Amino acid sequence: MSVRTLRIDGRDVASADDATVLEAARDAGVVIPTLCHLEGLSPVAACRLCLVEIEGSAKLQPACITPVSEGMVVHTATPRLQEIRRTVIELLFTEGNHVCAVCVANGHCELQDRAVEVGMDHARLPYRFPDRPVDLSHPRFGLDHNRCILCSRCVRVCDEVEGAHVWDVAWRGEHCRIIAGLDQPWGAVDACTDCGKCVMVCPTGALFHKGDSEGEKHEDPSRLAALLRARHARQEAP
Amino acid sequence: MTRTILIDPVTRIEGHAKISIHLDASGAVISAHFHVGEFRGFEAFCVGRPFSEMASITARICGICPVSHLLAAAKTGDQLLVVTIPPAAERLRRLMNLAQIIQSHALSFFHLSSPDFLLGWDSDPAQRNVFGLIAADPELARGGIRLRQFGQAVIERLGGRKIHPAWAVPGGVRSPLQPADRDWIRSRLSEAVATTRGALDLFKRLLDGPLVTEAAVFGDFPSLFMGLVGPDGRWEHYGGRLRLIDSTGALVTAELPTDGLSAVQLGGLLAEAVDPSTYLKFPYYKPLGPEAGSYRVGPLARLNVCERIGHEQADRELLELRQRGGRVVTSSFLYHLARLIEILAALEAIEALLDDPALCDTHVRAHAGVNAREAVGVSEAPRGTLFHHYRVDSDGLIEAVNLIIATGQNNRAMNRTITQIARQYIQAGPAVAGVPEIAEGLLNRVEAGIRCFDPCLSCSTHAAGQMPLHVQLIGPEGELLRERWRE
Repeated sequence: MSVRTLRIDGRDVASADDATVLEAARDAGVVIPTLCHLEGLSPVAACRLCLVEIEGSAKLQPACITPVSEGMVVHTATPRLQEIRRTVIELLFTEGNHVCAVCVANGHCELQDRAVEVGMDHARLPYRFPDRPVDLSHPRFGLDHNRCILCSRCVRVCDEVEGAHVWDVAWRGEHCRIIAGLDQPWGAVDACTDCGKCVMVCPTGALFHKGDSEGEKHEDPSRLAALLRARHARQEAP
Repeated sequence: MTRTILIDPVTRIEGHAKISIHLDASGAVISAHFHVGEFRGFEAFCVGRPFSEMASITARICGICPVSHLLAAAKTGDQLLVVTIPPAAERLRRLMNLAQIIQSHALSFFHLSSPDFLLGWDSDPAQRNVFGLIAADPELARGGIRLRQFGQAVIERLGGRKIHPAWAVPGGVRSPLQPADRDWIRSRLSEAVATTRGALDLFKRLLDGPLVTEAAVFGDFPSLFMGLVGPDGRWEHYGGRLRLIDSTGALVTAELPTDGLSAVQLGGLLAEAVDPSTYLKFPYYKPLGPEAGSYRVGPLARLNVCERIGHEQADRELLELRQRGGRVVTSSFLYHLARLIEILAALEAIEALLDDPALCDTHVRAHAGVNAREAVGVSEAPRGTLFHHYRVDSDGLIEAVNLIIATGQNNRAMNRTITQIARQYIQAGPAVAGVPEIAEGLLNRVEAGIRCFDPCLSCSTHAAGQMPLHVQLIGPEGELLRERWRE
């Protein structure tokens, strides 16, 4: 492994040559907000919250999938980026039905946390109030499409970590939604192992334990990385 | 030629409403009506939600009495799970409901209604509010504010926050009571009792003197009364049996146990009439029809339906109330006195609960899946009996919701009360060019008729902020005869 040197927000940073800009920034203590990204899962650059400016590039780049390169000069918190991030969060709020006051994840929600961080004190865009269902067919868990931001963490964790591949993203545009087992009720999908990892990594209250009431969902998605490290260590052990 | 007087909005109530008073050609009052003109829609938009969320969603109906909806929703959830909740959970829910009764009644008496009694019906409206009360009688105002704060603090210590605590859930409650919090509650009881006793003594003196007329003309009429009763007919606020009596005290129908009350039983007991002029429904006792079957609920109804309260000081006050108004008290003005007696009863009930060793048990929640598809939950809100009725699918998603709220059940009684008041005072008022003069103090008395019932219109309307009072006298052709603004 060789080392690349770059500048992030005026700070000289050294990083591994296979690192992403997001990893390099986090190693250097620079916070770039994310939602779809989760350590332990493959990156998909779906939420666009981690967009950064790279000098010499006309386009904004998602930090989670952009590899570092020698001499790269990165800006992570320009006024333009801050405005884009707030707009991204506002789009997520207005596109679904996110009612924090009565949500199972109230107080423990990454979308709510990001909204606070970007200073979203109100939405400048009109709310769409889509008519979306709730799936409570699983004996232990529920899926509320109203609260789903299509980050696809559940799709990835079920496929890449559990190996069951229960979840997919179906349809397009405003009809886009998470489906279980080729669009069956979740409880009817034999492939589901009831492991609950999808609930653990969900950044909002979209996936939850049945019976949860407001603010009762206290999952810690970062536990996935610890779980994977432990599993890896066990596999590496002689 | 008939005319209409509009009082819009009604002030010092919780929510937004208006009153219309209809006069005949001679200026005599034909009738008065209370209108709630805003729509909330909870029964519609809760459809499709998991029933486990209903407690926290319906608690958002109101910031004054969220605990009432929280408990009724949780009790309906218990019935859907078909579980008996742990003994500590029931005691804790009772404790929170008592705290709710205290804080809500204190708000009604001290903050909203007492300025009329203590500052005068015809006093300057700019001063006739809680701030005027603070200026005129700082000790009483402070006591009332601290009494309400006590109720709120008990709710906070149980549920984590004063307003909208998502604490009562189907199967029990989310967290037990800590011994330190129990001890804090006990340490504040004596001050709360002293404040309540002081207010009771003051109000009884006023009833014997300057408020004699009001007690006679503010909605004194026979009607049915409904409320919960406990074992041996004791005062009850959480469970027990549903009792309906007439104004002679006779049972109108057999008592119904609230535990396991079925939708069929509820449907046989109550029906809801609607009127296009208001979003507030008119529930009534079904077998007698909308008029004869109309009934009153709330503090006065609870004291009328019970045999005794079961706590020493409150029972003495109940006896006095019955000496003043009869075994079944029919004057709506005495709702205020009933409210103070209930605060005393709630404080004594809290004291008794705090001595119960099971109160701080940590087993407070039962878990189960959906075991029934339809259920009714009943409890007593400060303003009266509250019913939540849900139907769910096999997964527990809500298919239908009906909420029968206390204020609606008093709707017809409120209309009768303001009609009686308007007849008393509008006829007595001077006329200018054949049109009755609208004295501000008169309007205030009509509004005060509504305040007797402490209506909480959030259940059917949004609060609209502080607005001026606008009254219009309108002729039969729609012409404006006279108007008056109160800023």
